[in-house]
Amino acid sequence: MTDTMLKTPEPSSTPDVYDNPVDEAIAALKKRYPDTVVDDSRENYSGVVVNANNIVEVAEALRDDLGFNYLSSVTGVDLIEDNKLEVVYHAYNIEKGGGAVVLHVQVDRDNPIVPSLVPIFPGADFQEREAWDMFGIRFDGHPDLRRILTWDEFHGHPLRKDWREPFYEADAKPFGSRWPGGSVHRAEEQNIYGKNVQYPSGWVPTGGEYEVETNMYEGVTISRDATPGLKTDKVIVNMGPQHPSTHGVFRMVVTLDGETIMGLRPVMGYLHRNHEKIGERNTFIQNIPYTDRLDYISSMSNNHGYVLAIEKLMGAEVTERAEWIRILMVELTRVVNHLWALGFLLNDLGAMQTPMLYFYIERELVLDFFEAAAGSRMMCNYMRFGGVAYDLPDDVRGQPIMQFLHDLIYDRIPKALEQGDGLMTGNEILRNRSIGVGYLSAEDAIAYSAAGPVLRASGVPYDVRRAEPYSYYEHLDFDVAVRYNGDIYDRFLIRMDEMRQSLRILEQVLPHLKATEGAPIIGSKPQYALRMPAGGEAYGRVENPKGELGYYVTAKRRSSNPERYHVRAPSFINLTALEKMTVGHKVADSVAILGSIDIVLGEVDR
Amino acid sequence: MYGLGIIKGMAITMKHFVATYLDDLRWLTNGGRYYNDEALLVRQSLKGQGAITVFYPEEKLPVPERFRFVPFLVTDEPAAGQQWGQDWCTSCGICAKVCPPQCIWIERGKQPNGRPKPEPEKFFIDIDICMNCGLCAEFCPFDAIKMDHDYELASYDRTTAHIHDKERLSKPISYWREIAPKKAEAEASARDFVKLAKERRKNKKGGEASGQEERMEEAKARQLVYRGKLY
Amino acid sequence: MTTSPIDPGAAPPNVPDELKDNVTITTLAKLLDPVYNWSRRNSMWPLGFGLACCAIEMICAASSRFDFARFGMEVFRATPRQADVMIISGTVTKKMVPTIVRLYNQMAEPHYVISMGACASGGGPFKEGYSVVDGIDKFLPVDVYIPGCPPTPQALLNGMIAMQEKIDQQSIANVAWYRKDDPTAEVVPTPVLGPDLVDIRQVDIIKAEAAKAKAETAVSD
Repeated sequence: MTDTMLKTPEPSSTPDVYDNPVDEAIAALKKRYPDTVVDDSRENYSGVVVNANNIVEVAEALRDDLGFNYLSSVTGVDLIEDNKLEVVYHAYNIEKGGGAVVLHVQVDRDNPIVPSLVPIFPGADFQEREAWDMFGIRFDGHPDLRRILTWDEFHGHPLRKDWREPFYEADAKPFGSRWPGGSVHRAEEQNIYGKNVQYPSGWVPTGGEYEVETNMYEGVTISRDATPGLKTDKVIVNMGPQHPSTHGVFRMVVTLDGETIMGLRPVMGYLHRNHEKIGERNTFIQNIPYTDRLDYISSMSNNHGYVLAIEKLMGAEVTERAEWIRILMVELTRVVNHLWALGFLLNDLGAMQTPMLYFYIERELVLDFFEAAAGSRMMCNYMRFGGVAYDLPDDVRGQPIMQFLHDLIYDRIPKALEQGDGLMTGNEILRNRSIGVGYLSAEDAIAYSAAGPVLRASGVPYDVRRAEPYSYYEHLDFDVAVRYNGDIYDRFLIRMDEMRQSLRILEQVLPHLKATEGAPIIGSKPQYALRMPAGGEAYGRVENPKGELGYYVTAKRRSSNPERYHVRAPSFINLTALEKMTVGHKVADSVAILGSIDIVLGEVDR
Repeated sequence: MYGLGIIKGMAITMKHFVATYLDDLRWLTNGGRYYNDEALLVRQSLKGQGAITVFYPEEKLPVPERFRFVPFLVTDEPAAGQQWGQDWCTSCGICAKVCPPQCIWIERGKQPNGRPKPEPEKFFIDIDICMNCGLCAEFCPFDAIKMDHDYELASYDRTTAHIHDKERLSKPISYWREIAPKKAEAEASARDFVKLAKERRKNKKGGEASGQEERMEEAKARQLVYRGKLY
Repeated sequence: MTTSPIDPGAAPPNVPDELKDNVTITTLAKLLDPVYNWSRRNSMWPLGFGLACCAIEMICAASSRFDFARFGMEVFRATPRQADVMIISGTVTKKMVPTIVRLYNQMAEPHYVISMGACASGGGPFKEGYSVVDGIDKFLPVDVYIPGCPPTPQALLNGMIAMQEKIDQQSIANVAWYRKDDPTAEVVPTPVLGPDLVDIRQVDIIKAEAAKAKAETAVSD
């Protein structure tokens, strides 16, 4: 299979005019690098296979000459049958929008070395570290190739197909031991340590393992150079993982000179829950409730991205009413998420609790609606392939549903936003704390692959809903909110703007919901025990409240489990730019800057 | 003027503060705002103003019909003098197969001759693994497993209390009708419909196109039940 | 304190020897217990410490709609030194558990642990994963378990009330932290991260296993 894969395809009659910038870029690449860039010939794979040695120049050409200057996703894939590891890059054109140029790089599984793209796209930094951590792909030239989600001494690379966890039961679900002869057991009863642990054979604790994280501080210099004035040493301060302002279990290793931040290293993985490993064991439908727990504040959007990817893969049609319901849910989720994010951003800025508690009231009302519609306040598990799980409920808290939505969208949420504006936007303390702090220029935002409000607050009007419309977004009238200063204040304002735009969308959705009442909410494709009709890869991306959320899924023909399941988590990648934003500011600002990125650790660490 | 923004914000806070008491006064003649089911419904709806606190152990926020917590098994009403009714579960294993974290264990019943019996011998759910997703209830073709509304499950010991066995899981159908009346009714009518269509097809046997129409109807109704889409 | 609540009527089972003959302590304790328990149960300050999804519901329980300040759980304290109860709100990962144990050790007596949600109690849906701890009770003594994924704020409040009921049944005469030989005084050894999580208490088993594996490979060679 491999030999045919790398063979140059027959030169066909290539048209000179392309209706699609992606095809045009790929043709240009193939023309320029005829030997190193070849079409991916696998079933339903898009993009090209690039020779590992040339990936840097291909990426450079892609960025500088072809306009694909936004490297959205970098991930590894284990092709164990071919004894290869693959790195998949998705690059987008940020000015023109449209689809991705997908680059595949395949390297030998035993000695996987790929040149690092960090010099070209700094946004690849964390993603390459993740690929190293999970697959053991060594990125040559990466400035800081350490493990990122697991810890330094971790044994093995867990996403490799032949790596087995301590509670390993079978390669794919459903497990045979559950039915028909299911005798209950707790997995730890079968482990001699009684815990979810395993040690490499022959490993004996020496006491040396107490010295963890030695490489964390490597290269961090604390001695001060001889400059005139007060001479003090630099100090390293660990903020987190238990810190009230880090929005969960996130840690920042901050080097301080006085109170000024000289360097910042984010440390994550404290909530690494093996989403991808479990996702590859799961059947397709079993992944939906797991996606709820990624960005647990906006579970509806997570569902949406995942079902889009799978629908692409299986070729399912979504019914009209289901699309409208999806947009309703997703936009309400955006409102909920931004209310929450702003509440906590203001908390970090010193507006202790009050704005959060006020925003929280409207959030609870939306959660009531989610609970009535989907059954749970946060973990909605609402979307299905080709539709949604349930129709809208009859009533919410004693009010007929359409009346409830109408009041919510036309009355309660606008009022809450107005109140938030009155409470905060003009507040002098807030303005002093946030204007000019945490600046990220538009160029940097693109280079660091920032997404969502962070990108748009820096003056880049890029929104997946407009750049590559999915669902019915192309039929809806709304503006992409942009702010140009790229500081905390703008990131605060842009979230207010986005909520207003979401309300605009919701106002347009309501009549459609009325018109399609009683229409089917799900297609007839099977959900349970779904088997992929054809193999291939699919990348479903949505504009999650936090930024571009992408699901990269590959599957084999007739398989019921994904072969590779990767989440391009916006919170995770937005953190790449954190150091850039914080250096030079005071230590108290680092908290606010982190708050303005709006991360959720479930998604950062997955 | 510098500081105007702060004053404006404080005015809003003040408004909130006053609203609490205004609403209290409004409810004074109607039995007060708290410990009053009627007031609770208003307070928690979109019309709610002022403080929205639910005084939890005394008054509880009602949960909607679709609310899901840990699953339970539906049985018939227990006959007089009997502790358990007939299980609805036929031990088909769909819930165990679809369960995302695989927290359901079913031992299929056996008849004396060794053939499988459509009834579970044992049924376990480890609620320390259960993620309350509701897929089991959604895909059960027999309406035999449903999501409970009882969230007050705090315990002092998990080793025994957190693996629910068949006795702990089984609840009569009347309980389901009580906690989710509309849903239960819709499911019941769909089941009846399937039965009816089946019978009509049987009676028509050999007739024109062997009851094509009924078959369609049956399939449609079954699908509705099967996916729990009716309500 | 993983045992079930102590029966308040019974004579304290573990009165120190020198006090065995002293009758007054039980009667006095009976008089004092309600006051002692009342003041403790109504001033349980949780550690402001969120782990995962459940933390959001925990914050909701603290916010205006459910407001657990009504139970005297007034404020989330950012430092363990000022906190009385630790709500393990979410998935405990191997990378995080040393920190959690350290925080627990830093809390002043009496301290309680509430395990909120399926993940904290037993690993939850992520139990099968390689970097998830299958239940915080493998490391810390847990007082109350709250099932659910995530438990709703009301379920958390229910767990809090269960916690208070447990405190109500304690007696000043036999609570561990006033005894000379306080069984809970020993700090829980902080687990360390080797190639996998190492519980210091299990070092002997690990060594024995390694020796066994070595012997086996020697035989097979």
